[in-house]
Amino acid sequence: MALLKIENLSANVNGNKILKGINLEVNAGEIHAIMGPNGSGKSTLANVLTGKEGYDITGGTIEFMGKNLFDMSAEERAREGIFLAFQYPVEIPGVSNANFMKTAINEKRKHKGLPPIDAMEFLQLMTEKAKLVEIDRKFLNRSVNEGFSGGEKKRNEVFQMAMLEPTLAILDETDSGLDIDALKIVANGVNKLSKATNAFVVITHYQRLLDYIIPDFVHVLYNGRIVKTGNKNLALELEEKGYDEIKQNANL
Amino acid sequence: MIEEKDIVEELTTTDYKYGFYTDIENETSSKGLNEDVIRFISKKKNEPEFMLQWRLKAYNYWKNMKQPNWAKLNIPPIDYQEIYYYAAPKKNSKPKSLDEVDPEILKTFEKLGIPLGERAKLAGVAVDAVMDSVSVSTSFKDKLGELGIIFCSISEALEHHPELVKKYLGSVVPMTDNYFAALNSAVFSDGSFCYIPKGVRCPMELSTYFRINAKSSGQFERTLIIADEGSYVSYLEGCSAPMRDENQLHAAVVELIAHDNAEIKYSTVQNWYPGDKNGKGGIYNFVTKRGICHNHSKISWTQVETGSAITWKYPSCILKGDYSVGEFYSVALTNNYQQADTGTKMIHLGRNSKSRIVSKGISAGKSQNSYRGLVSVSKKAENARNFSQCDSLLLGDKCGAHTFPYIDTNNRTAVIEHEATTSKISDEIIFYCNQRGIATEDAIGLIVNGYAKEVLNQLPMEFAVEAQKLLAVSLEGSVG
Repeated sequence: MALLKIENLSANVNGNKILKGINLEVNAGEIHAIMGPNGSGKSTLANVLTGKEGYDITGGTIEFMGKNLFDMSAEERAREGIFLAFQYPVEIPGVSNANFMKTAINEKRKHKGLPPIDAMEFLQLMTEKAKLVEIDRKFLNRSVNEGFSGGEKKRNEVFQMAMLEPTLAILDETDSGLDIDALKIVANGVNKLSKATNAFVVITHYQRLLDYIIPDFVHVLYNGRIVKTGNKNLALELEEKGYDEIKQNANL
Repeated sequence: MIEEKDIVEELTTTDYKYGFYTDIENETSSKGLNEDVIRFISKKKNEPEFMLQWRLKAYNYWKNMKQPNWAKLNIPPIDYQEIYYYAAPKKNSKPKSLDEVDPEILKTFEKLGIPLGERAKLAGVAVDAVMDSVSVSTSFKDKLGELGIIFCSISEALEHHPELVKKYLGSVVPMTDNYFAALNSAVFSDGSFCYIPKGVRCPMELSTYFRINAKSSGQFERTLIIADEGSYVSYLEGCSAPMRDENQLHAAVVELIAHDNAEIKYSTVQNWYPGDKNGKGGIYNFVTKRGICHNHSKISWTQVETGSAITWKYPSCILKGDYSVGEFYSVALTNNYQQADTGTKMIHLGRNSKSRIVSKGISAGKSQNSYRGLVSVSKKAENARNFSQCDSLLLGDKCGAHTFPYIDTNNRTAVIEHEATTSKISDEIIFYCNQRGIATEDAIGLIVNGYAKEVLNQLPMEFAVEAQKLLAVSLEGSVG
C-alpha cells in the first residue's frame, strides 16, 4: 500500500483553479522532489495536504496510509504523522521551543494512546536532535522562531521534524534563503532521518538542494499538473535548460 | 476563512463555571440606601460609635457626588436604591470554629476549591472567606497570633483592635476620594484586616476569598493591610459570584500601608461572573485599591482579571518614601461583551523612588479592553525611575484594545520609559500549531499563557497554576 496516494486532485483558491488534476504516489522509504516555476501550485499542494483553511477541494482524493485525508482536521493529520516544514515559519512570542515541542509530542502520544513523555526522556531527545541539526541548546529556551534569522528558522523546522519523527515529511522550499553551510546541515538532517518506514516530499525551486538530498523521483509541477516525472537527472537537466522547454511542451 | 469565524463564535461562548447559587437563609437590610440602613449595618456589626459617624459622613458626602464617567466604559444606569446593602448568611453569623459554619457555605467554598479548614492547614494557606457581607471563617488564626500577626475580618478588627482601624482606615483612600470609595465607606460590611508587626516576615500566604451569593445584593468589602517597619506579607484575593441575569454591584476599597523597609505583595485573581455571551448579567466591579510606601519599602500589585461585566480598577502606589518601590503586574482578559478599564497610578513623591508597570491586555469576542495609567513625578522626587510595558493581544476582529498612558513629570532628573506592543493571534500562527498536532483551543491557551507569563510568574506558585487554567477557560479558543 502506498503511504500517500493522490488521485486527480484539483483545488481552488478564491475561485482560481490552482491544482488541476494531480496524481502522485509516494511509498515508504522514498524521497520525492517536486520542482517547478513560481506559481505552479507547489505550496498549494503542501497546504492542501496538511489541511490549511482557505482551499476549496473541487475534485479527487488523497489517501494517507489507507485513510481519507479529507476526513481529518489539520491537527489530526499532524498526529497521524504528516509534517510540514514551512516556507515561512511563524514566530510565537512567549512560547519556548522546548514547551512547544513538548506540547506537540504529547498531543501525538495522546493520539496513539500513550502517556505524556517523561521529562528526562524529553530532555535527552532534545539534546540528541539538537545535535543532529547542529543548533545550540540555548535556542530551545527561546520563544519559537522569535528573533531567529531566516536560516535559524529553517533549521528549527528540521529540528522539529527530527523531534516529531513524521511518517511523511513535506519540506516546502526549505532551501530558499539558506547559505551553503546551512543547506548542508538541513540536507544532512533529512538524510539521517530518512528510513525505510518514512517518506519525504521535498518542494524546491532550485536543483542545488538535490546535490545533498538525492531524490528517488523528481516531478515537475507546472500550471497545476505534474507534467514530467523522472529520476535525479531530470533535476540536473532542468538546472541546465530551465523551465522554458517544459512550459512550451505543456502549453502545446 | 468563514469557518475560522464560526470557530470564534462557537468558542467565545464558554460557560462560567462558578455560577452556582447556594441556598442559605439570608438576613438583609431593607432595600436601598439611607441613614437608617447605615445605622442598621453598623448596629448589626456592633461597631464603635466613631465608625458609625465615619460612615454617616461618607454617606452624606456620597449623596452629593456623581458617578464618574471618564473611563472608556459604557455603564448602564445603576439604581442605587434597588440594591440590598447588607446580606448575611443567617445561621451563626459569628462562628467560633469551622464546625459551627453552615455546611452549605462550606460546600460552596469547597466547590470553589478554596482551602478552608483542614484543607487550609494542608495547603499552608490562611484563608478568610467572605460570603456576601460577612466573613465566614478565618483559618490559621492561632498560628499567626503567635507571631503577633493579626489576620481577621474587618468587623473583628473593629471589635478587638479599634485603635488600629481608626488610625489607618481611610488614610490611603479617603472617603472623599471618589464616588465608589465614598459609597464603600458608608456601607462596607466586611473584608479582611491584616497587621504584620515590626520585623516579622509572615510565614504563609494570607488569602481572602470573596463571594457574592445573595440576589440583588451588592458587595462592599474593605481591606486594610498594614505592614509595620521591616515586615513582609504576601496576600491573595480571589472572587466569584453566581450566574444571574441582573447585574450586581461590587465596590471594594483596599488600602495598603507599607512602613519603612516593609514589603507587601498583593495578588488578585478576579473571576466575578462576566455575564452571558449576549452580555446579559454580570458583576459591575468598581474598585479602589491604593497603597502607600514609606522609605525603602515596596508594594507590588499583581492582578489577573478575567471576570466582571464591567471592570473599573486602578491599583496604585503612592511612593512617598525615599527609595520606595511600586510595582504593578496585570493581565486583564475580556471576552464576549465584557468591558475593562484598568491600570495603575504610580505617584512618585520620594527621592530615588522606582516603579514598574507591566500590563497585558487580552481582548476577545466583542469586548473592550483599556489600559489607563498615570506616572507622576513630583518636584521633590529626585532620580525617580519608571518603566512601563503595555501590551495588547487581540483575538478576532470584533474586539477593541485601548491604551491611555498619562505621564506627568515635574522633575528633570526623572527617567520614564514606556514600551507598548499590539499583536494578534493570526490564522498563520494557529495553522502552524495545528500542523504540529496542537488543536486550536490548546494553541490559544499556549500562546496566551506565554504572553501572560511575566505577570503569572509574579503570583504565588499554586495560584499561578489556577490563573493559567482560568485564562484558558475564559478564552477557550477564541480566534479569528
